[in-house]
Amino acid sequence: MLGRLSFSAIPLDVPILVGTFLGVAIIGLAVLGLITYYGKWGYLWKEWLTSVDHKRLAVMYIVLALVALFRGFADAIMMRTQLAMAYAGNPGYLPPHHYDQIFSAHGTIMIFFLAMAFMTGLFNFVVPLQIGARDVAFPFLNNLSFWMTAIAFILVNVSLFIGEFSQCGWLAYPPLSESQFSPGVGVDYYIWAIQLSGVGTLLTGVNFFVTIVKMRAPGMTWMKMPVFTWTAFCSSILIMVSFPVLTVAVALLGLDRYFGMHFFTNDGGGNQMLYLSLIWSWGHPEVYILVIPAFGVFSEVVPAFSGKPLFGYGTMVYATCSIMVLSFIVWVHHFFTMGAGPDVNAFFGIATMIISIPTGVKLFNWMFTMYKGRVQFHACMYWAVGFMVTFTIGGMTGVMMAIPGADFVLHNSLFLIAHFHNVIIGGVYFGYICGMNFWFPKVMGFKMNETWGIRAFWFWFVGFYFAFVPLYVLGFDGMTRRMNHYDNPEWHIWLLIAEVGAVLILFGIVCQLTQLYVTIRDRNLPANRDVTGDPWNGRALEWSTSSPPPPYNFAIVPHVHELDAFMHDKENGIDTRCAGGPYAPIHMPKNTAAGFLIGVFSLVFGFAAVWYIWWLAAIGLIGVIGTVIARSANKDIDYYIPAEEVARIENEHSRKLMAQAAE
Amino acid sequence: MSDLHTSPSGESHGSVSSYIIGFVLAVILTAASFGLVMSHSLSPSGTLTGLAVLAFIQVLVHLHYFLHMGSGSEQRWNNMCFFFTVGFVVILLIGTMFIMNNTALHMMSR
Repeated sequence: MLGRLSFSAIPLDVPILVGTFLGVAIIGLAVLGLITYYGKWGYLWKEWLTSVDHKRLAVMYIVLALVALFRGFADAIMMRTQLAMAYAGNPGYLPPHHYDQIFSAHGTIMIFFLAMAFMTGLFNFVVPLQIGARDVAFPFLNNLSFWMTAIAFILVNVSLFIGEFSQCGWLAYPPLSESQFSPGVGVDYYIWAIQLSGVGTLLTGVNFFVTIVKMRAPGMTWMKMPVFTWTAFCSSILIMVSFPVLTVAVALLGLDRYFGMHFFTNDGGGNQMLYLSLIWSWGHPEVYILVIPAFGVFSEVVPAFSGKPLFGYGTMVYATCSIMVLSFIVWVHHFFTMGAGPDVNAFFGIATMIISIPTGVKLFNWMFTMYKGRVQFHACMYWAVGFMVTFTIGGMTGVMMAIPGADFVLHNSLFLIAHFHNVIIGGVYFGYICGMNFWFPKVMGFKMNETWGIRAFWFWFVGFYFAFVPLYVLGFDGMTRRMNHYDNPEWHIWLLIAEVGAVLILFGIVCQLTQLYVTIRDRNLPANRDVTGDPWNGRALEWSTSSPPPPYNFAIVPHVHELDAFMHDKENGIDTRCAGGPYAPIHMPKNTAAGFLIGVFSLVFGFAAVWYIWWLAAIGLIGVIGTVIARSANKDIDYYIPAEEVARIENEHSRKLMAQAAE
Repeated sequence: MSDLHTSPSGESHGSVSSYIIGFVLAVILTAASFGLVMSHSLSPSGTLTGLAVLAFIQVLVHLHYFLHMGSGSEQRWNNMCFFFTVGFVVILLIGTMFIMNNTALHMMSR
C-alpha cells in the first residue's frame, strides 16, 4: 500500500533532524497562523500564487531563492563545523551517512534552487520591462515554471524528514548512484527533484527566448537591446540546448534504478564514463547560464553608477555570444583524469582557456566604464567592484585547472572547491545581490537600506576570502573534497580559518536579512520612496515606468530610437511614457490556478515515485494530464483593462511626477 | 499581449488531416523499427543500419507534420533555431564519440 514507505523512514534517531523539523514546524505554523490572523489567504491566492504577472512571479522566485539560500547555507556551515572538529581522535558531530547527504543537498540546492531561482526571478522582473513588453510571451507557462521549481525544492526538503537525501554528490555519479551501491531513496529524491525542476527551467528558457525574439518594442533592433536582455537571451539559448541533456542523463540513471537497465552500471555493457560526459555537457553550460546574467547585471549597474554609457557595448555583446558558444565545447575539463588521451584533453584544455579572453574583454569594459566616470559608491557598486576582484582570481585559478597536467594534481581536491566557490559566490551571487539592490526600488517602490547593504557586502567579501583561500592551500596540500574526517595536523589550522570565514558569511546573511527588515520598516520615509520610478538616473526602458510598474507595464508601448533608450529620451526631451494618451484598452492574461495544481500533482507524483507508491503516482500523473487538458480547453483566459482605468493610473503617476518636480 | 490569440509569425499550424497523416506515418515507422528487431530478418549490422534509416525518416516526418518546418521566408526564426539546434547536437555527438573512443582506447575498456 505504501511501497517502501514505513514509519522507520522517519529519522527520529537523529537529534539534528528532529530539532530542524521542530524549528521548521514552528516557523511554518507561525507563518500560516499570521496569514490566517490577518485574513490574507484570499489575497495571497488571488494576487500571488495564481498570478501570471511576470513582476509577481519574479518576487516569488526571489523569495524562493532566499529560502533556498538559508537551507543551503545551513548545510555549508554544518560541513565547515564538522571539518573544524573532526581532526585526529575527534570524529566530529556528523556521521558519514549524514555528512554525505549534507554535501549532496548543499550543491543541489545552491545551484538548482538558489542560483537558478534567483536568476529566473531577475529575468522575470527585468527582461519584459527592458524591452518594452507588457508581459512575457507565455504568461501561464511562466507561472507553471515557478511552481515546478518550487515543488522540486519542497521535494528536496521533504527528504530531510522522510527518508534520506542522495549521498552521491550534487551530480550523482554512477556507479555509486546505482541501486547496487545506493539502494535507499536518496538518489530517487535527487532524480525526481532534478527532473521536475528541469521542466520549469526548460519552459523558462523557451519563454524568455520567444519573449526577446518576438516582443521587443518597435525600434529596438538587436544592437539597441540592453546588455542584461542580451545576457538573458544567451542564457535562455543555453538552457534550451543543455537542459534536455540533463533530463536524458538523469532519466537514463532513473531507468537503471527503476527498471534494472544497464546504461551506467559496471555489468551488462554499461559505461559510467558516458554519464560523466553527458552530465557535464549540461553542467558546464549550466555555470555559464548562471554567470552570464550576472555579467548582464554588472553591465547595467556599472554605467548607472558611473554616469557614463557602457564602454564597448558591441564588444560586450560579442563577448557574451562567444562565451555562450564556447561554453558548449569545454565540458571535458571536469574529467581530464577520466583516462582520455592527450589529444582529447589538449583540445578541451585549450578551448577552456580561450573562454578567458571574452571574459577578460568584459572585465576591461567595466573598468573602462568606470574610468573617468563620476563613480558613486552605492551598495550596488560595492558588490560590483568586489565581484571584479574576486571573479578575476577565480577565473585565473580556473585557467590553472584548465591545464590538463596541473589538473591531475588538483582534480577533486579542495583547490577545485575553492575555485568554483570563487566564481559562483564572487560572480553569480555577488551579481544577483547587486541586481537585487539595483532593481529593488523598481519592484517595491522604495529603496533598499544602503548601510546594511554595505555591511552585508563587507562580511560576505571578507568572509569569502577567509572561507576559501584556506581551501586553495589545502588543495595544494593534498586534501580531497567530501572528506568527513582527517588525521593530517597541517590541515587543521586552515580548516579552523575556513570555519571563521563561514561564520563571517553567516554575519553577512544576517546583515542582508536586517537590510530587508530595515528597508521594509523605513519604506515610508520620503528619502526612501521612489516616486519618479527612476532613482538612479537609469538608462534602459524599465526606469521609464512608475515604481512599482502598473500591471500592464507600459500604457503606450514606447518607441526605441537609440541604445540606452530611456537615457536618449531624457537627453532629447522626449516623453517615453507619452503621458496624456490617447490610451486604448489593454489586453491582459487572467490569473489561473492551473500552474499551482499541476505543481501540486507533480509533487504528489514525485513523492510517490520515490517511495514506489504506484497508485498514488498514478493519481498524480492523471491529475497533471487532466489539469493540462482542462487548461487547454479553457477559453476564458483573458480580459481588458479599460482605457479609462489606464488613464486614471497614468494620470495619477504624472501628478506624482509633477509634485516631485515642484519640490 | 494584443496578439495573444493569433500566431505572430503567421505560419501554418497544420490541419487535422496533416496531423493524422503525420501520426499514421510515425506509427508505421515505429512499428517497422520494432518489426525489424523482433523478426531477426537482418544481420546485426544490417539491423542497426535499418534502424538508423527508419529513425532518420521519423525525424523528417516529425519536423514536417508536427513542427511545420518549411522553406517559406516567414519561417526564418524556425529554421534558424532548428539549424542552431542541429549544430549543438552535432557538437555533442561528435564530442562524445571523440571522448568515449579515446577513453576506451587508453583505458583498454573495449
